[in-house]
Amino acid sequence: MAVRTTELVIIGAGPAGICAALEAASHGVKTTLVDRGEELGGQLIKQTHKFFGWHKKSAGTRGVLIAKKLAEEVLNNENITLLNSTEALGYYDDGTLLVETPRGIDRVLGDRLIVATGASERMLLFPGNDLPGVYGAGAVQTLMNVHGVRPGDSVLMIGSGNIGLIVSYQLLQAGVRVAAVVEAMPTIGGYAVHASKIRRLGVPIMTRHTIKEAYGKEQVEGAVIWELDENWNGIPGTEKDLEVDVVCLAIGLTPLAELLWQCGAEMAYIPELGGFVPLYDETMETTRKGVFVAGDVAGIEEASTAMAAGRMAGLSAARSLGKVSDLDYSRLRNEIAGELEGLRSGPASAKILSGIAKMRAMLQSVKEAAAVSEAEPANQPANQPADQPANRPAKQAASEPAEAGDLPKAGARDSEAQGNNGSKSEEAVGA
Amino acid sequence: METERSSCKSRIEDHPILDFPARKEVTFTWEGQELRGYEGEPIAAALHAAGIKVLHTSHKSKRPRGFFCAIGNCSSCLVVVNGVPNVRACTEKLREGMRVQRQEGTGPAPRSRE
Repeated sequence: MAVRTTELVIIGAGPAGICAALEAASHGVKTTLVDRGEELGGQLIKQTHKFFGWHKKSAGTRGVLIAKKLAEEVLNNENITLLNSTEALGYYDDGTLLVETPRGIDRVLGDRLIVATGASERMLLFPGNDLPGVYGAGAVQTLMNVHGVRPGDSVLMIGSGNIGLIVSYQLLQAGVRVAAVVEAMPTIGGYAVHASKIRRLGVPIMTRHTIKEAYGKEQVEGAVIWELDENWNGIPGTEKDLEVDVVCLAIGLTPLAELLWQCGAEMAYIPELGGFVPLYDETMETTRKGVFVAGDVAGIEEASTAMAAGRMAGLSAARSLGKVSDLDYSRLRNEIAGELEGLRSGPASAKILSGIAKMRAMLQSVKEAAAVSEAEPANQPANQPADQPANRPAKQAASEPAEAGDLPKAGARDSEAQGNNGSKSEEAVGA
Repeated sequence: METERSSCKSRIEDHPILDFPARKEVTFTWEGQELRGYEGEPIAAALHAAGIKVLHTSHKSKRPRGFFCAIGNCSSCLVVVNGVPNVRACTEKLREGMRVQRQEGTGPAPRSRE
């Protein structure tokens, strides 16, 4: 078992992890970047559409090209050691990260850790949901855009958030028929620009509809959809039988946070952020000292905010290692905070912002409880119950200084950059 | 080196944005049947291109299982490769001469290589 020592370990080489690594390395931090995939870039490698993003940063650029550029920067950076095709297995109390490389199991000893593990796709309950041919939207993109294989001949798309709409368009580009997009909500979840593109090509987007069942002997041979009433129950008599061989689920993502649970960071269920997320402060540090987070694992957003949050985590880790002067730190922190604020200024970001405010209120409660237990060690159990912070009133969020609220506004923005676009943002809970 | 393209209809030949460069073709077997795919692509991609979607059966109910997440998360696509069970078809790279079999439940206990 090889032992590798480093100043900073980053798990996940998607947009967040790569930007964290580049930022930390720019301050001279010896960084080890771990990713289970062979290729760098995480889910960007299958995003063929152009990002809205931030005009200075990749707006109007296709995800695949952003990934290529970021990967080159990582490979040319002498402060970054890349461990690709390597899975993180567990993080121990003494700061050991156990990883499985193609050659065996190694120990990585880092002074700081950034978890940028991303998200996984949500599942939906319906009869036949386990049949081969029922695929996640990300899987369809991988098969089609990375490996050049069509997922099938005809697809039923579940969910009309941006992922559902964008992947529908990509299916059409690959020559696959999209029979319909169904959406349980009364309105389309994603941007009108994406919805219009597929509608013009003749794909019906059926709101207030969901899948009733998928059927087939050994694999999907068809699917039945039906209309929903105001109580989200299917209306008998409205069933439509669609001849499809693929059912594509685009119903949202949830943070891939097992490693944070395992290493003892305080977690909380915050629906606005996509499920259970770690509590973290404005420097992206969790309640476990020296463990930072960035990207979808900290709350489901999209690649542009993940890149900015990654830089913030990388900067904070570098700062805590004593590698950044006060002057540089406050300048860079303001710059990144301004960028995040800009990216989250659109109406689609209201949900994220309220989720972050909730999360910060919970973090505040945990910190107060910890301070009390430190002051009166005799009266307090050593471990606070994890659910206690959730009972605190949410109004504490208001008394907290708003993130970056006192920072200078970001400069001119591309008019397209309003809000966060996204490959990865899912506003709607389809079906 | 062979660089001819597969004639399979599931393969995307023309795409408005992406180019899929010609790759080396290799031969492998699925349940004893000889198939062709591209070297280094995931086993699941080669099988999917050949129209094979059922890769695995569930432990208890023996329900068919296939490709689902494509990135090694979900264990729905486990297959037996060269006698070794529990190989994720969506991430394992295809190599010349691989013997790939559908995995029933937990699959056979691995044997030492001949």
